Amino acid sequence: MAEREKILEIKNLCMEFPVKRREKLKALNNVTFDIYKGENFGLVGESGCGKTTLGRTIIRLYNPTSGEILFNGRSISGKLNKDTRKYVTDNIAMIFQDPISSLNPRMTIQEIIAEGLSIRGIKNKEEQRRMVVEILDKVGLLPEHAARYPHEFSGGQRQRIGIARALILNPSFIIADEPVSALDVSIQAQVIKLLLEMKKIMGLTILFIAHDLSVVKYFSDRIGVMCKGQLVELGDADEVYKNPLHPYTRALLSAIPEPDPIREKKKKRLYYDPQIHDYSKESPEFVEITPGHFVYGSPSEIEQYRIDLKEGINIFN
Amino acid sequence: MDKMNEPILEVKNLRVSFKTYNGKVQAVRGVDFHLNKGETLAIVGESGSGKSVTTKAILGILSKNAIIEEGEILYQGKDLTKFKEKDFYDIRGKEISLIFQDPLSALNPIMKIGKQITEALILKEKMSKQEAKKRALELMKTVGIPQPEVRFNQYPFQFSGGMRQRIVIAIALASNAKIMICDEPTTALDVTIQAKILDEIKEIKEKNDLSVIFITHDLGVVANMADRICVMYAGKIVEVGTSEEIFYSPAHPYTWALLSSMPDLETKDELFSIPGTPPNMIFPPKGDAFAERNQYALEVDFEQEPPFFKLSDTHYAATWLLHPNAPKVEMPDILKNRIARLRREEAESIG
Ligand SMILES: Nc1ncnc2c1ncn2[C@@H]1O[C@H](COP(=O)(O)OP(=O)(O)OP(=O)(O)O)[C@@H](O)[C@H]1O
Ligand SMILES: Nc1ncnc2c1ncn2[C@@H]1O[C@H](COP(=O)(O)OP(=O)(O)OP(=O)(O)O)[C@@H](O)[C@H]1O
Ligand SMILES: [Mg+2]
Ligand SMILES: [Mg+2]
Repeated sequence: MAEREKILEIKNLCMEFPVKRREKLKALNNVTFDIYKGENFGLVGESGCGKTTLGRTIIRLYNPTSGEILFNGRSISGKLNKDTRKYVTDNIAMIFQDPISSLNPRMTIQEIIAEGLSIRGIKNKEEQRRMVVEILDKVGLLPEHAARYPHEFSGGQRQRIGIARALILNPSFIIADEPVSALDVSIQAQVIKLLLEMKKIMGLTILFIAHDLSVVKYFSDRIGVMCKGQLVELGDADEVYKNPLHPYTRALLSAIPEPDPIREKKKKRLYYDPQIHDYSKESPEFVEITPGHFVYGSPSEIEQYRIDLKEGINIFN
Repeated sequence: MDKMNEPILEVKNLRVSFKTYNGKVQAVRGVDFHLNKGETLAIVGESGSGKSVTTKAILGILSKNAIIEEGEILYQGKDLTKFKEKDFYDIRGKEISLIFQDPLSALNPIMKIGKQITEALILKEKMSKQEAKKRALELMKTVGIPQPEVRFNQYPFQFSGGMRQRIVIAIALASNAKIMICDEPTTALDVTIQAKILDEIKEIKEKNDLSVIFITHDLGVVANMADRICVMYAGKIVEVGTSEEIFYSPAHPYTWALLSSMPDLETKDELFSIPGTPPNMIFPPKGDAFAERNQYALEVDFEQEPPFFKLSDTHYAATWLLHPNAPKVEMPDILKNRIARLRREEAESIG
């Protein structure tokens, strides 16, 4: 396979938050991975494991505690000068997880979506209005909506406003933090198609954070699974779904709800107990177990995963 | 099973509009349903179809520009649409609890998480301060918050999206309400924690003989939780039935479209999405509001609103396709094939 061009390189990234005096919470603990140009990278993981923190650190809403972030080979993790700040805002956009709190309640939708355009230098009001109407249509909203305020929208409509605001800036890299979870499945399908289309037209790269594993599988080329501030598994989407190795990944896959009431009601789920890992004698590592498929574990765990792979994995029995 | 047929809440011909700059938004346009004692009723449907507005009307928490144009909401012989703000004090959080769709807006950003839970307990359940703290820590554990003692003293911004959502759930679980309304309670949670919380809701439901209204876009979750399902489109219920009826023999073209749009782990081809945009609710369409986006629409759909046709004692759908004179139309192949596949896999796993 030809060497693929990396758009984002994350190296040993750590992000700590102060909890109490002298106590810190490691929201990101040595995260290392790359994202290739033009790919859809799906990120899933436990609630509270650090996915949003990772996104917010990449667009530099947070200052990383240590580690490095390279975007198109250029470091964006150090202290930001004006130039680099502009480079980040010009290239990376984020769709935020909490639609309501990320929208200023005193601004109309027109103003919210056009805000970024003004910053970009598109100040002509007519032009702005035209662009806003166009993007509203793309995300399934109506021109009339432009004059309304955020609280006058349903949950899913607000989420689409956030998507419109990110897309209108023509970024080359989008971090989409739960962009479809508040949407009904049809609009979800519409938004996914929209993102895929933008990707085709603009060569967009997307880091897609989500909880719906059917959607993630459909959408992503590769998938990273996070647990407690760390990546525990990484690989091609099909591979991770077919051969989940880490027990957390297995628990996740076994808990996917299906649109079938009879099956749902008697489904057996796997539970993940973080205590099962004994890392007191052997230290764990992120190991490439088959080409492109990485898993986090101690040498003896990795040994077991190799055996599992040989014998075949079936989490549904 | 007979208690299943005893309604605890009845919504009759509810109409809610909002005054806006551009005109009046007709968000809920004649909604009828009942909630039976001890059951879980799921409401699914298009974004913006009026699910949240309906439940907000039940609790009297509509925004100021809202008008209840018509209808009744009957709870224990009283009509909640006639209630004054102070009449709701004895209902909200005590008789009927609510898990909000937007967890952040439900939490006070400048109050510590622990205090937000204990305050509810002290106010509504009349607990002492110590009792309330103990119970709050238990509840935080129940919803899977690690290190509750530390987290007790943190502010909402220090929590992840899903952790905030779990706090809102914890507050709702704390009450001894008779009805619990869950509006997208688990959207921000990973499926393992979601499964845990759904089990928790079921357990409390059994224990307290709770009745639940469950709103979600995740049809898998609906399949897991619901006894009955209402499907909403453009401010109306278009189909209602038991969970099995809606998933295995849906009858309204909107329900077909909704179920077809959901990807599953087998989906490889382009996703199906409903063509066109949702109707403008300032000028709702004449006839069947879904007609314009419905590939199976008949001429009459553009003229006249379809009544409910009865498919069974529990299953009704408002579509002219069910009229005896209508052409026979079957559900789309994607859906038919998926139902067949799921049923087949199920049969194989038993056999
Ligand atoms: N500003 C902050 N101050 C202190 N702690 C924080 C802050 N932001 C996040 N955290 C903590 O960092 C951890 C990771 O949070 P993050 O929001 O990244 O999780 P997440 O993976 O996005 O979860 P979810 O799926 O629930 O949204 C959590 O324990 C959270 O409480
Ligand atoms: N305060 C308001 N002013 C004007 N319109 C409003 C207001 N609140 C809600 N609406 C409109 O009422 C309609 C129904 O909204 P509602 O919140 O009930 O939708 P929903 O079915 O819950 O959707 P979602 O699945 O996206 O949460 C939407 O078209 C929305 O824009
Ligand atoms: Mg998050
Ligand atoms: Mg809603």
